[in-house]
Amino acid sequence: MYSDKVMDHFENPRNVGELADASGSGTVGNAKCGDIMKMDIKVEDDIITDVKFKTFGCCAAVATSSMATEMIKGKTVSDALALTNRAVAEALDGLPPVKMHCSILAEEAIHAALEDYQKKHPQG
Amino acid sequence: MSDKRIIYLDNAATTAVRKEVLDAMLPWFIEHYGNPSSIHSVGRDAKRAVENARKQVAMAIGAQPQEIYFTGGGSESDNWAIRSAAEMLQSKGKHIITSSVEHHAVLHTCEYLEKKQGCRVTYLPVDEDGRVNPDDVKAAIAEDTVLITIMAANNEIGTLQPIAEIGRIAKEAGVLFHTDAVQAIGAIPVDVNEWNVGLLSLSAHKFHGPKGVGALYIRKGVRMNNLIYGGAQEKNLRAGTENLASIVGLGKAIELATAELPAHAARMTMLRDKLIRGILETIPDVRLNGHATQRLPGNVNVSVRYIEGESLLMRLDLAGVEASSGSACTSGSLDPSHVLLAIGLPHEIAHGSLRLSLGNGNTDADVDYVLKVLPGIVETLRAMSPLSASNACPA
Repeated sequence: MYSDKVMDHFENPRNVGELADASGSGTVGNAKCGDIMKMDIKVEDDIITDVKFKTFGCCAAVATSSMATEMIKGKTVSDALALTNRAVAEALDGLPPVKMHCSILAEEAIHAALEDYQKKHPQG
Repeated sequence: MSDKRIIYLDNAATTAVRKEVLDAMLPWFIEHYGNPSSIHSVGRDAKRAVENARKQVAMAIGAQPQEIYFTGGGSESDNWAIRSAAEMLQSKGKHIITSSVEHHAVLHTCEYLEKKQGCRVTYLPVDEDGRVNPDDVKAAIAEDTVLITIMAANNEIGTLQPIAEIGRIAKEAGVLFHTDAVQAIGAIPVDVNEWNVGLLSLSAHKFHGPKGVGALYIRKGVRMNNLIYGGAQEKNLRAGTENLASIVGLGKAIELATAELPAHAARMTMLRDKLIRGILETIPDVRLNGHATQRLPGNVNVSVRYIEGESLLMRLDLAGVEASSGSACTSGSLDPSHVLLAIGLPHEIAHGSLRLSLGNGNTDADVDYVLKVLPGIVETLRAMSPLSASNACPA
């Protein structure tokens, strides 16, 4: 039911962990639904130079977290904000329909971390 | 398929057909393929095979052969038993008593009767071990109660219900009693008279028989409505040419399971307790779900805190261990198992449940292997989880 890419990211998740010197951090989801994602980002000169995640959730939740971190690393803040859950799912060669909500969570986690960064670093 | 070692620990979901069972079934496909309703010798051969299987099933549960009706499996038996009781007894009343931990074949049938047939259903709570209190059954019986349906053994957490006590209460009150014994056959002694049941469901593939065949025990005198119209099979109640080879397989499987029960249950209990002990001793923040001793000999169900069940299953699968979970992600819904919630587990702990169910094919070496790989898998997943002892559950 899962694509090879999902299984690869589940078995070998990229960017697992936390950043002690995170510029922004966001946690979304809740344990009641069985999914929690925490995303830490490091931003330098408007570029996301590092990102780490921790996820409590199913295979799809872990794989989308992992893929999403790869997709925003090296990107500008505005590019990262434009990342959609659909793009994450597509990069994983698709997700089973019942698991699409996991990809929404990944998008939300990135947004939460970026919003936290923007709040801490107001422009101008 | 790779040739990696596979340790199958999902015997509560289904079991492998035993060689002896398959051997008993095979002649009934090509050599003896008759329709049991035909009056010629080929048909009579088939009829004899069906009636022999009926005897084997009856013997295994202390019933009379004429009280055994073959069905397409456990869910069909549950549906038939409950819907028939509700329909046949509606002049007497419309109240049904069941428990909150039943299989969905029972719960969804009760919900249907509530919504579409105007029945009133009492869903009895269970204690933290998953046991129904017989006093609650007694207290719930009303003038219009027509059926009590309580499972013999729970499919998820393995807890055994005090069926004989509930049966006595039902008998004294004159209320029809049905039990879903799908997990019980071949695991614990089953006797329809000791249990005082009027209806009992069973399914062959849970005790190394074939899939798609089961039976409903219907005590003499209990009136039933037709499940399928169109033929004289199963005393006119369930029409359709009999699933001949599978019925033969059911008979053989239940005969073997019953004959071997004491030794089998003792071996399963030993493996089960070694597995439970090993898990609780080597992995921190794990709890056993279900009753410690009043449980199915082959059932292990634990909740591993801070990790989610499907991830755990997939990692175990990669290591060659086939298991099951009550996590929402494995059910296709957003809620974890109703059984785990009924025993009072918070959602996040229910999501991290793991069921390992042992069967005939499992050995001591299998248990050792699971105990070797499981702690590392849990550690890996916990290292990836934002939850921990110091950060148990953010809102």
